[in-house]
Parts: sequence; C-alpha cells; structure tokens
Amino acid sequence: MSTMYDRPRLLKEAHFHYCPGCGHGIINRLLMEVVDEMGLQGSAICVAPAGCGMLLYNYFEIDVIESAHGRGAAVATGIKRVRPENLVLSYQGDGDLAAIGTAEGLHAANRGENITVIFVNNGVYGMTGGQMAPTTLLDQVTTTTPRGRDSVTAGHPIRVCEVFATLDGSAYLERVAVNKPAAVKKAKKAIGKAFQCQLDGRGFSLVEILSPCPVNWKMAPLDACRYIDEVIAKRFPLGVIKDTSC
Amino acid sequence: MRRLMSGNAALGEAAVLSGCTHYFGYPITPQNELTEYMAKRMPEVGGVFIQSESEIAAINMVLGAAAAGARAMTSSSGPGISLKQEGISYLAADELPAVIVNMVRGGPGMGNISAAQSDYFQATRGGGHGDYKNVVLAPGSVQELTTVMPLAFDLADRYRNPVIVLGDGMLGQMMEPVDFDGLVRPPDCEKDYILTGAQDRPARKIHSLIFDTKLQEEHNWKLFRKFQLMEQREVRYETYLTDDAEMIVVAYGIGARIAKGAIRRLRQGGLKIGLLRPITLWPFPTKALQEMVKTVGDFFVFEMSAGQMIEDVKLALEGKGRVHFYGRPGGVIPMPIELARIISRHYLQAQARADRKSR
Amino acid sequence: MTLTGRIRIDIERCKGCALCIESCPKECIFLSEELNLKGYYVASFDPSSQCTGCGNCALMCPDVAIAVERT
Repeated sequence: MSTMYDRPRLLKEAHFHYCPGCGHGIINRLLMEVVDEMGLQGSAICVAPAGCGMLLYNYFEIDVIESAHGRGAAVATGIKRVRPENLVLSYQGDGDLAAIGTAEGLHAANRGENITVIFVNNGVYGMTGGQMAPTTLLDQVTTTTPRGRDSVTAGHPIRVCEVFATLDGSAYLERVAVNKPAAVKKAKKAIGKAFQCQLDGRGFSLVEILSPCPVNWKMAPLDACRYIDEVIAKRFPLGVIKDTSC
Repeated sequence: MRRLMSGNAALGEAAVLSGCTHYFGYPITPQNELTEYMAKRMPEVGGVFIQSESEIAAINMVLGAAAAGARAMTSSSGPGISLKQEGISYLAADELPAVIVNMVRGGPGMGNISAAQSDYFQATRGGGHGDYKNVVLAPGSVQELTTVMPLAFDLADRYRNPVIVLGDGMLGQMMEPVDFDGLVRPPDCEKDYILTGAQDRPARKIHSLIFDTKLQEEHNWKLFRKFQLMEQREVRYETYLTDDAEMIVVAYGIGARIAKGAIRRLRQGGLKIGLLRPITLWPFPTKALQEMVKTVGDFFVFEMSAGQMIEDVKLALEGKGRVHFYGRPGGVIPMPIELARIISRHYLQAQARADRKSR
Repeated sequence: MTLTGRIRIDIERCKGCALCIESCPKECIFLSEELNLKGYYVASFDPSSQCTGCGNCALMCPDVAIAVERT
C-alpha cells in the first residue's frame, strides 16, 4: 500500500473552524500543499484578513500576520518591500478585497507589487452572518438584501479579475473554483503559477477562487457546489484573465 | 556643520540618520515637504519610499514593514492621522515599533493649513480604539527634531510601541540652522518576533484577535505594565527660569517658543515667571508639576487650542494650586506680546490675591 | 492490473458535508448514522467497494479528514 494522499505537512493539527462544505478548508489545504511542494516554508509570509479566513495562523505552519479589515494588500506591500526575497501572500475575502480594501488592492496591483493575493469569492460576508458582498449576484437574497440584490440601491456584482486586468502592474490573474475535483486541481495549478509569477518578479498576481458558502447561501454543501457551476460561474467566468508571460 | 533647513526636511534627514529605511506617506499640507524630502532621499540611502494611495494604506504598510523587522515611519496631519487610528491601535496591540509624525494643523474637520496644537487629546489618549497609549514627543525647534527623531525610533524599538512625533505646521515650515553632527543612530536591538520566513525555526504569528476574554485581559495588563514602565523611565521636559518663579507657564512645541518670548519680555518688567516645557506629552511630567506646586501656587497653561493639555496639568496638580489658561485654536499663532499681556494680567491678579490674604 | 484503493476518514474532523460522497466515481463512501463528538453524521468508507485510490474524495474534503492509499 502506498499513500496517495495524506494530510499536508504544513497544516497544523488544529481542526478547521469552517462550516461543513466551506471552500476555505479546501483553499487552506491547497495553499499549504503548494508552499510545501515549491519548498517555500522558510520563505512564505502570509497576511490573514478579517473574515472567516482570519484564523489562518492557527492552521498554517508558516509566518502569518493578521491585518486590519481590507488592508492586507498594504500590509503585504510593507512586508515585501522589506523582504523582497520572501514569498508574500495576502488571503482576502469579498469584503476585504472588493469593498473596504479596494483602494489598497487596486494600488498594490497598479504598483506591480510582487505579491500574490488569494481572493476567496463566495458572494457574501460570511463571518458576520451573510450580508451582501460586492460580489453578490443581482436578485441574490442576503441578510441586507432581503428582497434580492437590486442594482438601483446596491449596484452590480464586481468582477475583480477583470477590473485588475486593466492595470499595467498586474501580471497574472486567474479565476478558478473549488466546487468539484477537476476544478480543485485547476485551482491548485493556478496558485502554483501565481507563486511562480511572484518568484520571477513579474508583478502582481491574484487567484480569484469561487468558493461555496453553504450556510449563508442557505443550501446544502452539494447544492452550493452545483450553484457555482450553474449560476455563479456564468457571471464570473473561469479561466486566465491576464498573463503577461504569454 | 550647521545648515539652514526647514523643519520638515530636517525631520526627514534626522529619520534617515536614525536608521529609518522605509517611509510610506500621503500628501497633506503642512507636511508635504517631508514626504517630498523622503521621496528624494530614500533611494539615495538605499531605503524605500512609497507614496501610498491613502493615509490608511500608509499606516498599514508601516505595520507590515515593522512586522518584517524594518524601522518604518509615516507622516501626516490631523485628518490623515484620524484615518490612521485603526492602524495605530493594531500596532500597539501587535506590539510593533513605528514612528508616526503629525504636523498639526487647524481643525477640526478640514480646518486649515496653519499651525495648531489641537491634536493633543488624539495623540496622548491613544486616539484609536482600545486600551493603549502612544509615546508622544513634542519638539520645540528644528534642532530639537534631530534629538527627537532618534529618540522616537529608539523608544519604538525598545518598547515595541508606536511613537508619535507631534509637530505643527509652523515647526515644519520654518527654517532654522540645524546641526546633525550630534545625532547618534540608535543601536539595533534584537527582534525575536519579526516575520522573516519560518526557516529552521517554528512559524511565528502576529495578531491582536484574542477571543478568550481572560487571555485578552492579560494581554491588556501586559501592555499596561509596559506603559507604567515608560511612565517611570521616559519622562522628558525642560524648565526655563523656574528657580525663583512665582508663576509657571506650561506650554509645549511652538507654544513654548511663543511663551519663552513672552516670559523674556515679562522678566524685563520684573515679573517672576518661569516655563515648564514638556518634551514627552505622554508620559506627562506629572511628578515635575507635583514638585513645583509645593513652592509655586499659580500655573498658566498656554496652548494653541481650546484647551487640551490643561486637563493633564489639572490631573497632575490634584487640585493644588491655581490653573490659569489662554488658548488660541483654529490655527491662530499669537505673538509673544499678546501672550505676555494676558499672563501679566493673571500674574498681577494672583499677586493681589496673595497680598489680600496676607493682610 | 486493476488498481485497488482504501481510504481512512478521521471521523472527528468530518462534518458530514458529503462532498466526498458526491465526488467518488465508484460510490465507495456513504453518510453513516454514526455521530462524532461535534454532532455531525460522518462519512464512512465501504471496504467492499471498488475503490481505486483516485483521491477525488481527499481533493474535495474541506476538513482534510481523508487519507488515501493504493496498491
């Protein structure tokens, strides 16, 4: 018997606090697999957000700092400018990157900061109980859009990758999902390519990951995964949005 | 070697000579010359300058740089310092060193671009949310910037806490002879908490979220003990003509310069007036005041505000003595003669009161 | 040569989300009636099934509860 798959070395023993079927767990695991496979444990420094992803330092066996809500890209900028040889990543959710942190994220991309942003797009504010996010779909019901998101009062869902693609400093932007095995494999490859982009000094990289939030979508985990295929990915198309190496 | 420099530029040079390697800032008057000086100077010394997209971004870049082990600073004025408060709270909670320069302008709100002293409360009462304090240094001359800046970086590193340098629009823009020869770069101290990558050591974390309330309480008391230590060890102030004084003016920064001018004028008229000039606004020279009130009954607080430091003076005196006040908020910079007239009126009234009592 | 596989589920980590069940091409996993300490009905592996050790279940498990072996 040979082991095909076991717990990644760089994940601590702590049980994840995430809800059943939450995409954060998959993404956390993928990140530590890639960091280990690329031999970056001694280099990686992660910035954790406010949001469900805020407890990364309990799970990752790498240096982690907690950032104020939305400021991850600025904190990562500070770290990377002091330690340009380290791998610096900022893990951010919808509110963190696309609402309160828009300026910091956009300008880090614009300056071509050699950091990698892992952007978890689950269409809601999870930690605070399911309020509307900038990525919430039109007509989607959330606790602050009880009648469904109406563009007149709440605007439209923001496609972060496409917005950042207009900035010359952004070098690698890909949108992936973690709702089924084939997608998870692609997500892992994208994370590896983003890290490589940083190591090559090509500029700002971002992997946007469509992730299920079963509890706040009020769906069973499997239905949430299907919802990503059937509805969400139609507004947020998967694939490489920008790659300056091509 | 002495040269003529503006306060903002001297501040920048003093920071560089103190070992500051990373500057992040956003333009706001009256400190733009400092940001511009760093833009020019940082690349010359192999440092990093970034004009950030906002003051919020700047303070968070400082936080990241400090976490990675660098001597980092930012600068701004009132409205921008207000934006930075969340970041400063995080710096204190994370126990990270940082230097934040506030060249105070008229306020509140948009205010104006003239010099004021109306951010005293903001600086000395933490300013952001939670139980913490900033060390607050108040230079009074362009030359004093060259002693205050290395001290700021040293205190920040040694105590792992944000340090605010509270200047003002006049100090920043006035030009005076300044000599950097005496500036000693504070020594590097070992930082076993910084994030450098978990190579051959366990992973480190820096965070201020502590769900367990008793652990959070213990963290707060730990910070409190650190602040108590600073109160015991780091108070700094200057006294001027206080030995035979019958009334002591309390003023800081540019206010103290104006007060000195007023006191020199009054001394020529035979009035026995002295000056206590706090250099650390936090920790405040409480003990100095408590010593002085044993022999002096009248204290005259002068601020370029509607009255903020006066509260700390009253707290220090614990009801002893009499506290007089003159304030000009909104960016007004009074002339020494105006202050002298007000002080002399209070002095003469105090004398008359004492005469009536003794009869 | 046919591949044979086997998985081990850490039942105290399992939250019964069933993503592993859905992803298994050979229907080797089922939701059991066993409750763990967290109060979830946990996933369970059928040892008589035709597991090939493909690892889809481990790929999907958000709680890293599954280890996969193969001969």
